[in-house]
Amino acid sequence: MYQTDMYEGLLAETMTMTGANGDMINAYLARPLGPGPFPAMVLAHHMPGWDEWYRETTHKFAYHRYVTISPNLYFRAGHGSPEDVAAKVRADGGIPDEQAVGDLAGAMRYIRALPYVNDKVGIFGTCSGGRHAYLAACRAPGFDAIVDCWGGRIVMAQDQLTTKSPVSPLDYTKDLSCPILGLFGNEDSNPTPEQVNQHEAELKKHGKNYEFHRYDDAGHGFFYHDRSAYRQAQAVDGWQKVFAFLEKYLI
Amino acid sequence: MCTMIAEKVKVDGSGKGLTGWFKLEHANVSFDHPFNAPMEHTLNIDFVNESQGPSARVAVELSEQSARALVQTILAVLDQADAGGHLK
Repeated sequence: MYQTDMYEGLLAETMTMTGANGDMINAYLARPLGPGPFPAMVLAHHMPGWDEWYRETTHKFAYHRYVTISPNLYFRAGHGSPEDVAAKVRADGGIPDEQAVGDLAGAMRYIRALPYVNDKVGIFGTCSGGRHAYLAACRAPGFDAIVDCWGGRIVMAQDQLTTKSPVSPLDYTKDLSCPILGLFGNEDSNPTPEQVNQHEAELKKHGKNYEFHRYDDAGHGFFYHDRSAYRQAQAVDGWQKVFAFLEKYLI
Repeated sequence: MCTMIAEKVKVDGSGKGLTGWFKLEHANVSFDHPFNAPMEHTLNIDFVNESQGPSARVAVELSEQSARALVQTILAVLDQADAGGHLK
């Protein structure tokens, strides 16, 4: 725990890393200063893009002593403001699941190889990032913990499947290789409370190590302090649960 | 990308973006999370020219009611223009 007489320092910068198909993509890396070894986190950004909230969240994890990388999952859509790039991705029907998994796995490999990392790597995502994080934790061996915050479309009906999302993430649950923390708002429409129940049932069926928390008076994105969805009490409690969970499995 | 409800339509006209007017090629219509409007989902229209990059975009995010009213209004105005002989 931080004490006021402790030295603190963070280093944060844009860098490049190898993603899916060997593509070079950019990413944002923040780390606490010091020799370590530190645990590490990979952040899967949300549908609004590789934006300021994810910069802030990268800093937040680094402040909590996690070396943290946030790859630009929309790199291949071109460059502009995060909103303009995200709008292009939205119009194109999102990014392929396989590509997102490849980019997140690449981020895991990059960060694990850093000399000041303790070999433990977790993954965190919100909204579509929660879904991508779940896919990565199921399909890319090597993650030690996952935090899924209100990931939508983890439970998908057959008629929702597309060439970019050919398999419902729920169907990969048997392959989940690490403990999962899930945070959800009971007023969310994607995922609905019923879909969260389905997800929990699948985790239970396969004997997975999971911890789900559901919040009343909260909908989609209740951590987002820059949006009307923000719910102060639920967000404070949720962040406490995130760091308690990660401390249990990554330190 | 949470709803995945998105359609593209070719359009012909001009839009005024951050750096001035540009030729429009498509309108991308979606119902998904907005970037700015204080709602969980909105009807979003992005007037774009993809050949000029992601920044060639004029965006609106509307509530469902606003979007439906806008559609009716556009059709009503076109009907008036037609009745006035302006669409020839």
